[in-house]
Amino acid sequence: MTAERVISQDVEATVRQHQEHDAAGNSKFGFIVFLLSESVIFLSFFTGYIVYKTTNPDWYPPGVTGLETREPLINTLVLVSSSFVIYVAERYLHDKKLWGFRIFLLATMAMGGYFLLGQAVEWSSLPFGFKDGLFGGMFYLLTGFHGLHVLTGILLQTLMLGRSFISGNYDNGFFGVEATSLFWHFVDVIWIVLYTLIYVWQ
Amino acid sequence: MTNISLEAPEVVRGQPYPGAPDNWKRFFTFSTDHKVIGIQYIVTSFFFFLIGGTLSMIMRGELITPDADLVDRTVYNALFTMHGSIMLFMWTFPVLVGLGNYLVPLMIGARDMAFPRLNAVSFWMVPVVGVLMLASFLVPGGPSQSGWWAYPPVSIQNPTGNLLNGQVLWILAVAISGVSSIMGAVNFVTTIFRMRTPGMTWFRTPAFVWSVLGAQLIQLYGLPALTGGAVMLLLDITIGTSFFAPERGGNPILYQHFFWFYSHPAVYVMILPVFGMFSEILPVHARKPLFGYRVIAASSILITVVSGLVWVHHMFASATPSWMRILFMVTSMLVAIPSGIKVFGWVATIWGGKIRFTTPMLFALGGISNWLFAGITGIFLASVPIDIHVNNTYFVVGHFHYVLYGAIVMGIYAGIYHWFPKMTGRMYYEGLGKLHFALTYLGTALTFLPMHPAGLMGMPRRVASYDLEFAYWNVLASLGGFLLGLSTLPFILNMVSSWIRGEKVGNNPWRAYGLEWLTSSPPTVENFEELPLVVSGPYGYGRNQPLVGNTPNPGLTEFPESLTAMQSDEL
Repeated sequence: MTAERVISQDVEATVRQHQEHDAAGNSKFGFIVFLLSESVIFLSFFTGYIVYKTTNPDWYPPGVTGLETREPLINTLVLVSSSFVIYVAERYLHDKKLWGFRIFLLATMAMGGYFLLGQAVEWSSLPFGFKDGLFGGMFYLLTGFHGLHVLTGILLQTLMLGRSFISGNYDNGFFGVEATSLFWHFVDVIWIVLYTLIYVWQ
Repeated sequence: MTNISLEAPEVVRGQPYPGAPDNWKRFFTFSTDHKVIGIQYIVTSFFFFLIGGTLSMIMRGELITPDADLVDRTVYNALFTMHGSIMLFMWTFPVLVGLGNYLVPLMIGARDMAFPRLNAVSFWMVPVVGVLMLASFLVPGGPSQSGWWAYPPVSIQNPTGNLLNGQVLWILAVAISGVSSIMGAVNFVTTIFRMRTPGMTWFRTPAFVWSVLGAQLIQLYGLPALTGGAVMLLLDITIGTSFFAPERGGNPILYQHFFWFYSHPAVYVMILPVFGMFSEILPVHARKPLFGYRVIAASSILITVVSGLVWVHHMFASATPSWMRILFMVTSMLVAIPSGIKVFGWVATIWGGKIRFTTPMLFALGGISNWLFAGITGIFLASVPIDIHVNNTYFVVGHFHYVLYGAIVMGIYAGIYHWFPKMTGRMYYEGLGKLHFALTYLGTALTFLPMHPAGLMGMPRRVASYDLEFAYWNVLASLGGFLLGLSTLPFILNMVSSWIRGEKVGNNPWRAYGLEWLTSSPPTVENFEELPLVVSGPYGYGRNQPLVGNTPNPGLTEFPESLTAMQSDEL
């Protein structure tokens, strides 16, 4: 073994030693892997939607011609901008400004809540149900499954808000907040695809 | 200063985890030690292997005569459904996850998996899945009868009218098994990417780790598609949506796409770790480096990629358009390339080696020969004209049982025997092992070879009775099936008695070259006192170069060849 090799291994060893103790880094890596995997479920639903829509020309339930797009558009804007709000919250936490973090996290939760409420209002005003043909099934499956994710995101944010009141909670980093924020961005990106498929492509 | 710590008690290397008993009782606790979890997986799944095997022997008992006389036809449907589901979801997947769990951290020089608690949760879902599967025998209407593929419209019928029927229980069981597999896959991928010991670059990582990585990546991209399909199927059964119900405008073919998009690559989830074990076992028992290690390692990832593009070959007879058939015929045949690379590498590895015909070596060689045969009939089935001819016949059954029993189960046995001294510190009984091998190999041939001619003659699968002209082959297959049942007895006897009173053989009885053999047998808690510093690639047989640059476990004096320069004439 040559001397350079020993040295380079030493350097590598130091780097790797550092990585070994980087449990939060592992968690973040694992969480991203999980989200990528989770996105395949949505991908399979999207594929199903596209296949059904392209192979059944008249797949709307009787009496339905299309969907109203105005309120959902407002909903979309609220949800997408909440992604920026949670980013600001994360920046505040990064600068150790806890109250700024809490306020912007609350704002994110409110925007998510507004989205869910808007979704509920839209659902209650629709003339078709889950069992009304392929379109009804696909519509409620996609929006419902996504809505469950929004709800999960809000619950995670509530948990993060509560945890921020434990003193010394952020001494060892804030992987929980990062993961919550990543999850929220993920939910947003999925919604953009979903909105394009269901509302824009009619 | 009184310091009240909310942290868990400090883990002392070489001592059991705090609160965990250091005897057999630890296997019944919520342990986070990857070695305990690995053995929990292996033993639990072997229990279900016996159940699945019993179901198959009842089926072979039914098929020993042409008439449906032993069991009712609906019972027969339930039997093959549960046989397939238990063998895949309760035996093959979990036992390989167990072997991976035990070996991957040891082989990459890590102290544990990246997420030990998640690991334990993944394991404890497995018994829940098993209970759900078995509970479906007790509900009105019996278990699901739609096969392990659960195709609609058969699977969305609900003759009993109960919400809690065999099919719903089946979907719940598969869903929980899926959650467990995804959590396991996230754990494995993170561990392999981020926890390799200093100096272990990608091309110093053992081929088994590569193959586990390939397999778990398939879980990550494939399993969610099946989950999506299963959610839609469950909604069709319970709520009455119309996704896959043709009478309500649905498209049952779409379910087949979702199902096979995962379930074909799932074959590679099972075979890849077995390939990895062959690649580990052959060099040890032939005393030669693995031939073409880098190519064998990379071919695992190639299989991961290609296997995602072949699923339609299960649907050549499902009104698939011609262009799609041709496309998927070509991609299916492409899988033969990375598989062929591996077989070539293994043959070249043992070529001119000092072969020791120990039990793991026999099982590995037997598994490879069976894999070769199964691979050749696989090429037959990938070809559209032949596939349409033998579609839904016993030829297909014979083919995939040669893969699953001939190659995968034999490979699992090879792995269990090979690492048994590592897991227990004791040696198994070689005579019983050889008897086990002989019975298994003969039983495999006797059971599954006759299915090929029966299938070519046109015997359909999934039937409880058949035409008299197929009787000859079926009697042979049934006798073989009972022989396979018999073959597990020497294995169980061997494992139990050698675990209790086998000969103690030290830390490296095979004189093998690898990180897992650098620690004690069974390995201490956290595996290594000091992380090993890897300075050369794996499989250094006859190369006179040390594997590690430090002494990972200074307390252990009995250090094998791997640490110091080796005498090439000895190896």
